[in-house]
Amino acid sequence: MKKAFDEMWGDWGGEDPRGPYVNFAAWLEDISNEDLNLRKQAAEHIFRKTGITFAVYSNEEAEERIIPFDIIPRIISGKEWDDLSEGLIQRVNAINMFLSDIYGSREIMKAGILPDDLIYSNPQFRLQMTNINPPHDVWAHICGIDIVRTGANDFYVLEDNARTPSGVSYMLEDREAMERLFPNLIEKHKIRPVEHYPDALHRMLRSVAPNNCGGDPRCVVMTPGPYNSAFYEHSFLADHIGVELVEGHDLFVRDRQVFMRSTNGPLKVDVIYRRVDDDFIDPLMFDPNSMLGLPGLMDCYAAGNVTIVNAPGTGIADDKAIYSYMPEIVKFYTGKDAKLPNVETYRCREADSLKYVLDNLPELVVKLVDGSGGYGMLVGPTSTKAQIEDFRKHLIAEPHRFIAQPTLALSTCPTLTEKGLAPRHVDLRPFILTGSKGVEIVPGGLTRVALTEGSLVVNSSQGGGTKDTWVVDDIVEGA
Amino acid sequence: MLSRAASSLYWMGRHIERADFTARLIDAAIKFDMLPYSDGQSGLKSAFDAAGVGNYYQGDCQNLDKNAVLDFMLFDETNPSSIISCFAKARHDARSVRTAVTREVFETLNEAWIGFAKKRKDAKKDINSFLAWVEEIARGYDGAIQRTMLRSEPFWFARLGAAIERADNTARLLDVKYHVLLPREDYVGGPIDHAQWTALLRSVSAETAYRWLYREGLSSRNVADMMIFRDVMPRSLAACVLEINLLLGRMRAQTGLNGAADWQARQLQSKITTTNIENVIQYGLHEFLSEFLADNNNLGFSIAEQFMF
Repeated sequence: MKKAFDEMWGDWGGEDPRGPYVNFAAWLEDISNEDLNLRKQAAEHIFRKTGITFAVYSNEEAEERIIPFDIIPRIISGKEWDDLSEGLIQRVNAINMFLSDIYGSREIMKAGILPDDLIYSNPQFRLQMTNINPPHDVWAHICGIDIVRTGANDFYVLEDNARTPSGVSYMLEDREAMERLFPNLIEKHKIRPVEHYPDALHRMLRSVAPNNCGGDPRCVVMTPGPYNSAFYEHSFLADHIGVELVEGHDLFVRDRQVFMRSTNGPLKVDVIYRRVDDDFIDPLMFDPNSMLGLPGLMDCYAAGNVTIVNAPGTGIADDKAIYSYMPEIVKFYTGKDAKLPNVETYRCREADSLKYVLDNLPELVVKLVDGSGGYGMLVGPTSTKAQIEDFRKHLIAEPHRFIAQPTLALSTCPTLTEKGLAPRHVDLRPFILTGSKGVEIVPGGLTRVALTEGSLVVNSSQGGGTKDTWVVDDIVEGA
Repeated sequence: MLSRAASSLYWMGRHIERADFTARLIDAAIKFDMLPYSDGQSGLKSAFDAAGVGNYYQGDCQNLDKNAVLDFMLFDETNPSSIISCFAKARHDARSVRTAVTREVFETLNEAWIGFAKKRKDAKKDINSFLAWVEEIARGYDGAIQRTMLRSEPFWFARLGAAIERADNTARLLDVKYHVLLPREDYVGGPIDHAQWTALLRSVSAETAYRWLYREGLSSRNVADMMIFRDVMPRSLAACVLEINLLLGRMRAQTGLNGAADWQARQLQSKITTTNIENVIQYGLHEFLSEFLADNNNLGFSIAEQFMF
């Protein structure tokens, strides 16, 4: 594998930093590793103190961990970002049109672009949604599109997250931490702000309230509870947009409307930003054993009396087998070629592809079509023979559950390690909001970094960390 | 606000107040037991009884082992009133209603929780510093509440829980003195008696307050008077009941709800304003305090019911 593109030093690990990093590189020259380490410790202290934690499942010892935060920022030029965001808007618009179609007249299947069984036999497809129209026809209100880079102008979409993408609180906390740690450095750059994300989110939530809600819509954030791995983010968001954080049992249904139990008596709820998976939101319609949801919620939803954000059933759009069709999907709905390319993807459900994948397992990354969080995947080049052979059995048993991609040389970014600064692979997750009045993106997003040398897995549940992401305007292009 | 959040805030307030009280109770007990003629454990025994946690204690309640009791009251997670339990629950409640408390309030409780293990280790060598640290956390928490919280329902519920708990605790603390058996009848009013009351006053930081309020020397009558009837004394039953009524009044104005809790709180207040220390002594201090504890407890239940906890 060739040496990866570096965000700071470009293709050749040259003498001169790339344009966006010029100011930063000058600053870095005057600061000692010792000083950097001190700031890093200060950052960890801040995170621990404010309880910015996440839980890792199947890890009882560390009930709450802080997500590792790297103090070296990932810097993107304004021009790069503007190009990226055009592609993101196009993609998210296509995703929303796709969802509306799939749960509506299914034109894309009639046109023969997607095979029927890929939709109908997909566990993420919610047949129940076919008779339900989400208010304002918005489905995936909040998308996290994972972007990877392999060269100066080569950005690819690695994954679409259209269910309940997480991580946006880290984007905001990372910026706040950087502002506390390096006020002078921040001052030297014209960084596009991200602090207005909660306002944008609230504006979007209010815009998609049911038309019949009348006056001032009441929005809430719904969480599975304090033991959920992302509970910190749920409370953070509710806090910053200024709405109640509710659990299923704080709500009840009466006359096909949702109410919350308050000290003032029942209060009607119009918009639910739920961070509870489809399976658990309503035991009457989905998993009957769910204790986290609200029985009768879907009935209120079908009656058009409440908005659920994101709509149930959006998981079909981030299924990785569907992902492989995204270029066609974008073309079908927008009439234009996708501005952001996909990573080449082999659908193991197809015999030819499966054969190729089985023959080349040690070079490929294999993923579950409906997996997330870095679970259930194989990274061929960094796996042992035994792991590969073990995975091969799963793959042969249920090929339709997997896709495979070439192992990409994800771009690297200098990262503070125990041995000083060293390149580590990164990706980027921008958050895209779609309301009744259009799409809004906060510049940048969350940069995730694989802290282990050579590792390509950036998920926080797999030992990944985060970096502040800067979109800067005051730099010379090129270099 | 959400009823569940109101409940969490109310209990967050109660648990921090209770942790502070447990620390003070043990502080007083250790001082009692250092006095001459003490058998070295009756103070601790009375603190144990006053805390009302005997049901959870696995050891022998008749012949208490000093170290076992200390461990039980400070660090035993099976004891719901132990300091470790109080801190854990207060932090859990604060975390589950992060949206309703300020960053400062959460950080105080979170840091207490993070620092607990180390403080616990150090307590083996120096229990007094540990107790002082617990009181410091409670002060930091109170400060965060007072200085940063919006004067609205979350603030009122956290304060209400604290006021109910504090009334309960003061009544119990006074009762400790009742429980401490003097070696012989003729010591009543004597130097041991005097020293015990002083220890009690110190443990609630009221020694100086006493000098201001009462020109005459230390007497049990006056200490009881101060701790029950003087509403200028922030730990007195009168002050707590006054605050409970004020807070319920605020909520009444906001929600329009006027229920059993409001009525019971007013009744509790009139029980204090319509009598005095002479009557209480005649009636029996222990009996008076026991009734107060029962009424206060019922008020707690009514609050939960009224606000749909």
